[in-house]
Amino acid sequence: MTMTTKPAPAAAAGAPPTAGFLDRVLKVRELAIAAVLVLMLTATQLDNSAFLSQQGIKDLLLNATILVLVAVGQATVVITRNVDLSVGSVLGITAFAAGDFLHGGGNPVLAVVIAVAIGAGFGLVNGALVSLGQVPALVVTLGTLYIIRGLDSIWVGSRQITAADLPSGFVSFGHDGLSVIPYLALLTALVLVAAAYYLRSYRSGRDLYALGSSPEAARLAGVPVRKRILAAYVTCGALAGLAGALYLARFGNVDSGTGNGYELTVVSAVVVGGVAFTGGSGSVYGAALGALLLTSINSVLPSIGVSSVWVQAIDGVLLLLAIAVDRIVALRVAGLLRKRAAQTRSATHG
Amino acid sequence: MHARTTAVRRAVAAVAAVSVVALGAAACGGTTKKSTDSGSSSGNGSAATASANPAAATKKGLTIAYLPKQVNNPYFTISDNGGKQAVEALGEKYKEVGTSSGTDTAGQVSYVNTLTQQQVNAIAVSAQDPGALCTALNQARKNGVKVVTYDSDTKADCRDLFVSQASAEDLGRTEVQLLAKQIGGKGQIAILSAAQTATNQNTWIGYMKDELKKPEYKDIQLVKVAYGNDDAQASFQQTQGLLQQYPNLKGIISPTTVGIKAAAQYLSGSKYKGKVQLTGLGTPNDMRAYLANGTVQSFELWDPAKLGALAGYTAVALASGQITGAPGQTFTAGDLGSFTVGQDGVVVLGKPTVFDGTNIGQYHF
Repeated sequence: MTMTTKPAPAAAAGAPPTAGFLDRVLKVRELAIAAVLVLMLTATQLDNSAFLSQQGIKDLLLNATILVLVAVGQATVVITRNVDLSVGSVLGITAFAAGDFLHGGGNPVLAVVIAVAIGAGFGLVNGALVSLGQVPALVVTLGTLYIIRGLDSIWVGSRQITAADLPSGFVSFGHDGLSVIPYLALLTALVLVAAAYYLRSYRSGRDLYALGSSPEAARLAGVPVRKRILAAYVTCGALAGLAGALYLARFGNVDSGTGNGYELTVVSAVVVGGVAFTGGSGSVYGAALGALLLTSINSVLPSIGVSSVWVQAIDGVLLLLAIAVDRIVALRVAGLLRKRAAQTRSATHG
Repeated sequence: MHARTTAVRRAVAAVAAVSVVALGAAACGGTTKKSTDSGSSSGNGSAATASANPAAATKKGLTIAYLPKQVNNPYFTISDNGGKQAVEALGEKYKEVGTSSGTDTAGQVSYVNTLTQQQVNAIAVSAQDPGALCTALNQARKNGVKVVTYDSDTKADCRDLFVSQASAEDLGRTEVQLLAKQIGGKGQIAILSAAQTATNQNTWIGYMKDELKKPEYKDIQLVKVAYGNDDAQASFQQTQGLLQQYPNLKGIISPTTVGIKAAAQYLSGSKYKGKVQLTGLGTPNDMRAYLANGTVQSFELWDPAKLGALAGYTAVALASGQITGAPGQTFTAGDLGSFTVGQDGVVVLGKPTVFDGTNIGQYHF
């Protein structure tokens, strides 16, 4: 105990340069993904000049939007050292709910609100189970993944929502935009910036990082653990719900299998984006870049004529690379912190 | 060590068993996965012993039971209603039973057993699994119940006849014919398939390539076969890739219901709408919006109502002794015309139905 209290003021004294270094490392982490992305897109463009045409850019952005939204929500949860595996099921059931409502002649805006609300509701259930039950999030959300998918199958049965059931305005919202920027991408960018600002600049946002770094320390420091975890899951659920509504607009077709297996893609995007699975580090910008990178690979390969069987292998390699980079960075940061702490300690003692 | 290998082997066996069940389940009516060609696996066990009398009168008051892969599935509801009309028009009794899940094979087996006990005259079944129903169906046949499979076959020695929705050859060739008409007989075309390993897709694509060898298609080049894995996003991106890689592409054939609707949704929201033609196998409900907005001119699929009706006529002809199921026998199926039993006891419904703006209003599945 005496050991842990001693370095505290010392660390505080050395905080500004350390924070600056950490900040730089994190920025470098995101810059690296961005660089890979730019490199990949440029190379593809050189090979096939149609790739970054107006339609091509629009397609790239549209392909990424839904995954980016879910990845932003997932990142919020992963930062707290938890995970939400039920996002695919939530996306499926909310997409159908929105479609069912629109099929009955409902208002498109209200349909999106309904999807978000249902998603937030499932997020609340997940958050309550994880924070109150003190059970590993992996197991809890694996359970809700199956429960929600089961509910979806019972409710939806063999029905499906097709493009003919949807108002044409809603469907064209799914692919139209302001010149090359689709509406869906604008909406997603808005959500992304808001989430990033909140996590960075609000006390409750910083609490999520504190929780992820050390749940016990955060609790002792007076962070309202349950409330914060609950909030993270509600955000994640709501964004999965929003993604469900946008999925409906984009693909115009939903059945009881929609979103099956999506959680793995989302988790991959988050990890590739540098959000550490051990919690406490990473940013939603990173997660968004990870999502953009993964979906872009799926666009690049067909465009240069490479068989799509390579896609999964490449995704896997990226994932391992990302984890390796994280591990190396973590070790170096830890080493640096130790060194600084030792220096300051010897300075104060000497 | 020994115990461990046994455990591993057991696990492998379990995985294998599960994937066999999953494969069987994948052969569902609405999708195009492996629906047509499952019957040709084993020998012609349907070679009947009793002799057929083509002139025999159609018996009245027979009970024909339909056992679809899944009740309340829109595709099978249409199909079985077609069967109901045909069967009742002949003066027979129609009934439908079945599981509410398309993968409840044990449930389907127990329905077969119940129908056998009730001594129905014939069962028209769409099998969830090619092998799992065999014991129950052969038990039924021993008790004098005629067994007709439709949409999804069992092994050939477990049923009297299989009513196939369309032959692989017809499906492959007619899709090329449709697209050739739409693009005016020349230009580059591509195929958007499901998985690279999907047997029936590859069979159809084989016939497409064969059809394209004919002299009238000399100006059409098939530039690529892309695989969208029956996933909406993947099919979107494969379509995008095709259009970027081949800027002069004139048309796409997608012989999968999932692929064609994804490609249609993408095209309808892109600058290629109306410029790049799309056809293939699709259901009218999925494709209605894209026909209406001009993305798609025409596509095809079999008519499930006719499939159900033909299954009914076949069952009645069997139960009346007009046919026994041996290849070469012919029978009349009401207003559908005359049909001949083919190799392995397969009766083919005929060429697929083409849906376009003029007739799509009549179809609701």
